[in-house]
Amino acid sequence: MSPVEHANTDPAALVELRNVDFSFGSRPVFENLNLTIARGQVTAIMGPSGCGKSTLLNFVGGRLTPKSGEVTVDGTLMNTSRRKQLYALRKRMGMLFQRSALLTDFSVFENVAFPIREHTDLPEALVTDLVLLKLQLVGLRGARDHMPSELSGGMARRVALARAIALDPMMVMYDEPFTGLDPISMGVIVRLIRQVNDALGMTSIVVTHDVREGCSIADYVYLIGGGNVIDHGTPEQLQNSDSPQVQQFMGGLPDGPVPYHYPAPDYLSELFGEEPK
Amino acid sequence: MNSVRSLGAWVIKAIIGWGRAGLFLSHALTAVVLVLRRFGLVVQQLFSVGVLTLVIVLVSGLFVGMVLALQGYNTLVDFGAESQLGLVVALTLTRELGPVLTALLFAGRAGSALTAEIGLMKATEQLAAMEMMAVDPMERVVAPRFLAGFLSMPLLAAMFTLVGVIGGHLVGVGLLGVDSGVYWSSMQEGVDAHADIFNGMIKSLVFGFVVTWVAVFEGYDATPTSEGVSRATTRTVVGSSLAVLGLDFVLTSLMFE
Amino acid sequence: MNRGALELTVGLFVLAGIGALALLAFKVGNLSAANSGESYRISARFDNIGGLTVKAPVTLAGVRIGRVSNISIDRKYYSALVELSIEPKYDNLPVDTSASILTAGLLGAQYVGLDPGGEETFLANGDRIEITQSAVVLEHLIGQLLFNRAEGGGGS
Repeated sequence: MSPVEHANTDPAALVELRNVDFSFGSRPVFENLNLTIARGQVTAIMGPSGCGKSTLLNFVGGRLTPKSGEVTVDGTLMNTSRRKQLYALRKRMGMLFQRSALLTDFSVFENVAFPIREHTDLPEALVTDLVLLKLQLVGLRGARDHMPSELSGGMARRVALARAIALDPMMVMYDEPFTGLDPISMGVIVRLIRQVNDALGMTSIVVTHDVREGCSIADYVYLIGGGNVIDHGTPEQLQNSDSPQVQQFMGGLPDGPVPYHYPAPDYLSELFGEEPK
Repeated sequence: MNSVRSLGAWVIKAIIGWGRAGLFLSHALTAVVLVLRRFGLVVQQLFSVGVLTLVIVLVSGLFVGMVLALQGYNTLVDFGAESQLGLVVALTLTRELGPVLTALLFAGRAGSALTAEIGLMKATEQLAAMEMMAVDPMERVVAPRFLAGFLSMPLLAAMFTLVGVIGGHLVGVGLLGVDSGVYWSSMQEGVDAHADIFNGMIKSLVFGFVVTWVAVFEGYDATPTSEGVSRATTRTVVGSSLAVLGLDFVLTSLMFE
Repeated sequence: MNRGALELTVGLFVLAGIGALALLAFKVGNLSAANSGESYRISARFDNIGGLTVKAPVTLAGVRIGRVSNISIDRKYYSALVELSIEPKYDNLPVDTSASILTAGLLGAQYVGLDPGGEETFLANGDRIEITQSAVVLEHLIGQLLFNRAEGGGGS
């Protein structure tokens, strides 16, 4: 078995993306992107829709490979790892998908038990205890026998979170966890992400375009746009940034470096210039 | 010229699709070997794929056998050969209609369900979630279904044929006055276990392989939207039906020359 | 459906399928438990085999005891060489048995009918049936009929 490929990394960084280039077919997405996720922290990756934030999570999880550049997770190069190493690393990662992605044929309990049963040989009694523990953490122990179709969006997301931390991973990735939730559920998720990160000593990556919620729990923020990192820093640093791009995004301003009007020919000539057919 | 270009583009797209399907098959077969260790998953799929297709197969088999007897009698009686009705019904079923019709019914009922199920799992990111949980969806989702489809088909075809023969008996003997003993004996004289029944089973194994392969691949390859899944389901039914009919011609000319 | 019921149903399904297959093979087809053992082969030469085909039945006293396994041309005698595959339990065919090509019914398929002789030694694998009667060819029959009528003169 070939040795695991290690890169020269900063030990305080859990994930490093260096000089990453990527395009979807002919559309360029990233150009020479550099990003570092520090251990033990909640790092938010924010940016406008379509900037490729979720793609970054796919790089970290090894589901996509950049055209060039390096993706390193806990010292292991993702893009050159063999399948076995990749799977071994994924067991130490948890991921919360945007639409929860619960297995529809399984109950809440069985969903959370799934990774435990697949990857360990623990006796059923122990599995049950572990599942109940995780469900208790997210406040859904009483819903253990519900089917995913019977859950509300917020509850489903909480179950997905319990499933993501079932094997006590070193890192959890959240893909747009705040989208489409009512204020109460939103508050619950926001609190849970922070709690889970601190209680279990994990590292969290939160991809979101929700500035307020993202900044409320993040220790560090990366702002992505135009194929690269626009700015990064603590939430306070970004709030006080004088870059117009950062200001427009953080303040939710409708017009600025990202224009309000989609590129179009001159308005007056389009209105009056056309000959009636 | 534009239509020629679009034809060429369509052909290239189709060939690329087949290439993807071939690659998919090699992964699926490797996964099938691995999934034998967890046969419980296969058993579960045997139920949803095999057992639940049973009803339509049995009912259709009965009706097909009855129609065969009706039509067969009408033609044979003109030659004074109605005593051969049992043979005609049995041969038609074992050699052709059993394997082919079962495969078509299977494609419509179980094949489309497989495609929709897997396509929906892809669209709701369940397959991606499994990958991120370090569970290979090929092993966990695709391989059990593939194996179950392949194993179910000959069993269903055999039951279709048997029920069809019985249906033929009901109409031929019960309705049209053919002698029961003659019905069975003409059959036993003319139907060869090796040439006819065995070859028919080989056909249904081949059909089972192809139909299940198409169904599972289209689901796995579907565009992860509701429209994409619906299109994939249609492609499964149409594609596997055409494949079955085409392969039937090839196999028949090889086996029964 | 709980696990046990599921497995039971699937087991029944598989059994039913295999059962159907077995029923087909034995009741509908001609597979029989007694078909074990190798058939032995004897040959016969015919001037004209008519519509005889491979796999046509070979009968004795009307009972099928084997099948035609091969039809070829005997180049030396310019006649058809028919190979008959006889089931092993019918091993008491005398060496002077004759073979005729007969038709089953009016429009039926042709088959080989054996007529036993009286010798005490029996046919074994590779032996030849010497006395044969070729198939009746319809054209010859009609020609013969017309010839006979013509010969019989313009009378009755």
